[in-house]
Amino acid sequence: MSKIIVVTSGKGGVGKTTTSAAVGTGLALRGHKTVIVDFDVGLRNLDLIMGCERRVVYDFVNVINGEATLNQALIKDKRIENLYILAASQTRDKDALTLEGVEKIITELAEQFEYVICDSPAGIEKGAHLAMYLADEAIVVTNPEVSSVRDSDRMLGLLSSKSKRAVEGREPVSEHLLLTRYSPERVARGEMLSVEDVEEILSIQMIGVIPESQAVLKASNQGVPVILDEESDAGQAYSDAVDRLLGKEVPHRFLEIQKKGFLQRMFGGKE
Amino acid sequence: MSILDFLRSRKKSPTASMAKERLQIIVAHERGQRDEPDYLPALQKELVEVIRKYVNIDQDQVQVALENQGSCSILELNITLPDR
Repeated sequence: MSKIIVVTSGKGGVGKTTTSAAVGTGLALRGHKTVIVDFDVGLRNLDLIMGCERRVVYDFVNVINGEATLNQALIKDKRIENLYILAASQTRDKDALTLEGVEKIITELAEQFEYVICDSPAGIEKGAHLAMYLADEAIVVTNPEVSSVRDSDRMLGLLSSKSKRAVEGREPVSEHLLLTRYSPERVARGEMLSVEDVEEILSIQMIGVIPESQAVLKASNQGVPVILDEESDAGQAYSDAVDRLLGKEVPHRFLEIQKKGFLQRMFGGKE
Repeated sequence: MSILDFLRSRKKSPTASMAKERLQIIVAHERGQRDEPDYLPALQKELVEVIRKYVNIDQDQVQVALENQGSCSILELNITLPDR
């Protein structure tokens, strides 16, 4: 059975696209046929993060309008078997996505793929609503910072009232929290909300904690999902999160301050 | 600045706990509003209109609140009538 997973947050810039790319890639790496769908109409970016921006010919809106078939629009990842991307349209028409159109295409994708990852736009407007509407599971991406946590709570409220599962009175969308840009040093100094704080405020399960890491910018510069940087802390943290998504019990790493070795301190190595 | 003040200012202010406290309050408040039925604002508006037929009152002189107590809900109306 296929699963539709929305990656959402409310607030912008917290790492939704980075997370969609990493989680989608992680699922495909583990042998699951996965498609990542960019819902951010007008501000397409998943293609850049995945490094396939020059291979976009047809997009989501083309498929909805019948200007291209789904198979024409799906971009196959060159690195990983089982991984596909459906790009968002760059049109400025914000009504380009319709509920009927989205439902038809996502349902069709769900027949072909084990996992459909919906990369939501920021905000709580139409695009965000459409991205989460059909979801079976939700990954709510949050930064340990007041506005992001508050917006995540808004998003959780919308998931439990406006998703198709909620509207039809079925079993609710299963919600996971993913904390990004986490800095154990700042938490220790009392400057940043801790994992426990955020869990307590939002009262949902933590699926992953991604440390603030130079690897994320480096990966996006190169158009490589950060999960493929297996040496990096962020890559490993995403890998753990994917395992948890698949039901494995994995202890959280990178929650403690990483002690620098003598040589690292001498030469200021940061990786 | 006295030495005491100086020492006090150097003490780290744990801003994370402030953030947590503020978030807990605002999130609880917003969750309360979220559970309110959609018809409440419309109900309040219509009630004001009905009462206005008889007494001249302002919108803010009518307060409508819905309280949930276990299995039953209490709709509380508080109408302040102007002095005669």
